[in-house]
Amino acid sequence: MTETATPTSALVVEEQETRPGFIGTSVPRKEDRRLVQGEGVFFDDVKRYGMGFVHFVRSPYAHAKIKSIDVARALELKDVYGTLTGDEVAILTDPFFEMSVPPGSEIKDYALAVGKTRFVGEPVAAVVAATRELARDAAELVEVEYEPLDPLVDARRAQDSDAPILHEDAGSNVVWEGVFDWGDWEGTVAEADRIVRIKELHFDRFSSTPLECSGCLVEFNRGTGQWTMYCNHQMPGIGAIWMAPALRVGTDKLRFVTQDIGGAFGNKICLHPYFVACCLLARKLNRPVQWTEWRTDQHTANAHGNERWFEETEVAVKADGTLLGFKTHAIDDCGAFPRYEPLGCIIWAQVTPGCYRWQNVYVDFTQVATNKSPVSPNRGYSRMQHLWFTERVIDIVANELGLDPVDVRKRNYVKADEFPWTTPNGCVYDSGDYARCLDIALELVGYDGIDKRRRDAESRGKLLGIGIGSTLDSGTNNFGQSQLLNPELQFSGNNEVATVKLDIFGEVVVTLGTVPQGQGHETTAAQVVADALGISPDDVTVRPGHDTYWNSHAGFSGTYASQFAVTGLGAVKGAVDQLAGEIRTIAAAVLGGVPEDAVVLEGGFAKLRENPEAAIPFMGIGAIVNANNAILPEEARHVTLNCRYVYVPPFEVPDTERKYGNLTLTYASQIHVCVLEVDPETGAYEIVDYAAVDDCGNRIHPQIVEGQVHGATAQALGAATHETFTYDEQGNLLTPNFYDYHVPHALDMPPLKTGYIESPSPFTSLGAKGMGEGGGAGIHAVCAALQDALRPVGNPIVYDSCNPPHRVWELISNPAESRGRISVESR
Amino acid sequence: MSEPVAQKTISVEVNGTTYEREVEARRLLVHFLRDDLDLTGTHVGCDTGNCGACSVIVDGTLLKSCMMLAIQADGASIETVEGLGADGELNPLQQAFGEHHALQCGYCTPGMLMSAKALLDENPEPTEGEIRRAIQGNICRCTGYVNIVEAIAAAAEAGR
Repeated sequence: MTETATPTSALVVEEQETRPGFIGTSVPRKEDRRLVQGEGVFFDDVKRYGMGFVHFVRSPYAHAKIKSIDVARALELKDVYGTLTGDEVAILTDPFFEMSVPPGSEIKDYALAVGKTRFVGEPVAAVVAATRELARDAAELVEVEYEPLDPLVDARRAQDSDAPILHEDAGSNVVWEGVFDWGDWEGTVAEADRIVRIKELHFDRFSSTPLECSGCLVEFNRGTGQWTMYCNHQMPGIGAIWMAPALRVGTDKLRFVTQDIGGAFGNKICLHPYFVACCLLARKLNRPVQWTEWRTDQHTANAHGNERWFEETEVAVKADGTLLGFKTHAIDDCGAFPRYEPLGCIIWAQVTPGCYRWQNVYVDFTQVATNKSPVSPNRGYSRMQHLWFTERVIDIVANELGLDPVDVRKRNYVKADEFPWTTPNGCVYDSGDYARCLDIALELVGYDGIDKRRRDAESRGKLLGIGIGSTLDSGTNNFGQSQLLNPELQFSGNNEVATVKLDIFGEVVVTLGTVPQGQGHETTAAQVVADALGISPDDVTVRPGHDTYWNSHAGFSGTYASQFAVTGLGAVKGAVDQLAGEIRTIAAAVLGGVPEDAVVLEGGFAKLRENPEAAIPFMGIGAIVNANNAILPEEARHVTLNCRYVYVPPFEVPDTERKYGNLTLTYASQIHVCVLEVDPETGAYEIVDYAAVDDCGNRIHPQIVEGQVHGATAQALGAATHETFTYDEQGNLLTPNFYDYHVPHALDMPPLKTGYIESPSPFTSLGAKGMGEGGGAGIHAVCAALQDALRPVGNPIVYDSCNPPHRVWELISNPAESRGRISVESR
Repeated sequence: MSEPVAQKTISVEVNGTTYEREVEARRLLVHFLRDDLDLTGTHVGCDTGNCGACSVIVDGTLLKSCMMLAIQADGASIETVEGLGADGELNPLQQAFGEHHALQCGYCTPGMLMSAKALLDENPEPTEGEIRRAIQGNICRCTGYVNIVEAIAAAAEAGR
């Protein structure tokens, strides 16, 4: 790909309303100073006296019975501290809880394989030794006798009568299945002028592969029976819910500590099996144990993104391109264990109609287990798969009916004056202007001159294509959606916590419940606090990372699902507003018993509005409350200056019968446009122009927002062009490291042009929306651009989300194969 | 035939300080830096030499410290991210990375900074293409490289 163009700065498309203060400005990030000096603290940087290093013995088979495990030779090595096997795990722990209804609920998932292995790389035993190298050597001496079984690799075969069964307890490979039927599909068919049928579409398996692998240092305190985990788990609230019952303890026995985390993207939500193994080892060996996942292990056996098939899709359309509805059968492959799944069976429904006004949707959804790595949420989780599907549908319909993809989108997008807009399944899109974002994106790539560029490309023997990806980043989950999966689950709503205090020497200290991994939470939290207290972000200390001991977290605390700008900063805003009120209470009392609203906060002082000379510094207020409170009148003595606030979004439990209700609070939108050139001789292609336009409501820190746009786009382009977790027929992963799994490098990235608009959310305290996951649009845009480019060479249909050059070459060399997936019925 | 040497005492200068340590012959330089010297700024992101998070400069040459044994560095002078600034002051590259938001999680940053330093030491006025080529051995999963390239260009400009 190109390496020449200079990325342009953000296109400012409208004069913003002026907002006083630091919110909305790109103040220097608080995190950066330590990180550019190598002074961050990542879990693998933490050391403890006498700690042992854990190495897992992993299955070489995708599916096998474990006949025996012998650790004797490993234990004979000097400085090997001990081992753990699946048999011990089965005695010492209970299986992790499963979210599904039967049969999925019957799956037994433990920290180590018990009785059989279900994917290559599944840990079957663990060894602890004095050094990393020795632990690895010792692991090779563990003798495991396997009896190989036939593997199930293709999710579409999971329900065949002769398919191998992964989980005998469940008796079926189906994890969950359900029908989503909104509107009136039969009526829609009757009303339609055309029914476009698409036999099969496939969303490929990949993951965001954070650069820092997973891991933890675990200490067991024998006196209190408590484990402390210095780790990079990104969702400790849920982690504790999994781990504590399995370990047969209360959540009070689990302390999660993080500081800096080297990216997570959802891939660090399902670390509980490894952490439980480490907890058992720390207790058994009475010493701290440290586990750092190897890159090959992360690719092989941590967490992939969901792979999904869309079978026998039908799209009901009017002749003018008005979209009436669609019907499809989705088969989702969650790998060997569902874990955070099967929530993905529901989460796509946050964006049921994509950006469009579709009213009639029928989805028959089945999730199955296969002998592949388990999956976990992965940036864009479940919505990305579905939005890729809706975008593919739009472009295939446009292609087959001879319509302009721009016109079809604009005709069917939810319109700017229709927000808040209720989807057929009861979700409420808060705000946006998709058509305007599309116009900006098209302008950025010079859409008006595209025909000339097409001819120019032709003259050089290349095929030029342009494609659009429209996508939504639904943020702030209503966990009540879990009840659409299993009505017995007692999850609903959402929450996040922040604590803001004013301390004895005037220190303003913020403690978050979130678990940042590069999103700049310290910085944006400080902006919100600074504005509320009339000080500078430099005057605010935000504790980095997460610690259970801070007691500044709740059940859903964590950093995931595009929600910090809403839940995290909502909590910060709530806490600092309380603190500001308390500061006024003290100042009013000390400054002569004036009413509290006579006090303003400015420059680190509480002052009388009418007489700014009468002022008390924050330091004085902190000192009085903390160390000199006898001078306070009785009515001011309740003040602690230590304000903890729990943000709770306004959700209700969805209607489980109709699968109807509001599943997320905010909807950021991203419209991407990709221009590429294909070499028809080889299938190789180059992205020559690219625009990403983002609308996430009010931007707290524009530079951070733009950084997220860049990063998410890069991940999407990687997934669209190269990144794939490909398995052979025996269930061996063929791309288990960065040699074979090609993520974008600096030379791979095309020049990015970015633009934005701001449609403030009416539902959030700062008008902001979560926006970190929006890059899936890049996958959609590349697929659409390829489809457009290949029209002159047999008009093949792009049916897969990942299109490396060899797949493009296949499309070119045999267009009839993909054309055969499509039919159009005129009615 | 005699047994191969399993341990060796080596002397290495890192960021101006000389360390003498006995190390296992098979110990990787990156683990020597991180675990034995507690210089944890140099990171590990893969096990195949692809990601560049462990990039350091050894006797003036940029290399990946997971691709070299500690004993091979005996007698060498090594620069790591901890040595970039002086007395708590950030150098122009570190400064530019912050100003241009060239880092998010910060995990690739030390290696990226060392690759950028090696580039600017050799070529103080690189083109954008040369910058991209210089960091193509360093993977970043957060930024899409956009702001990293900008930051390196800005640091080069500042150094002129």
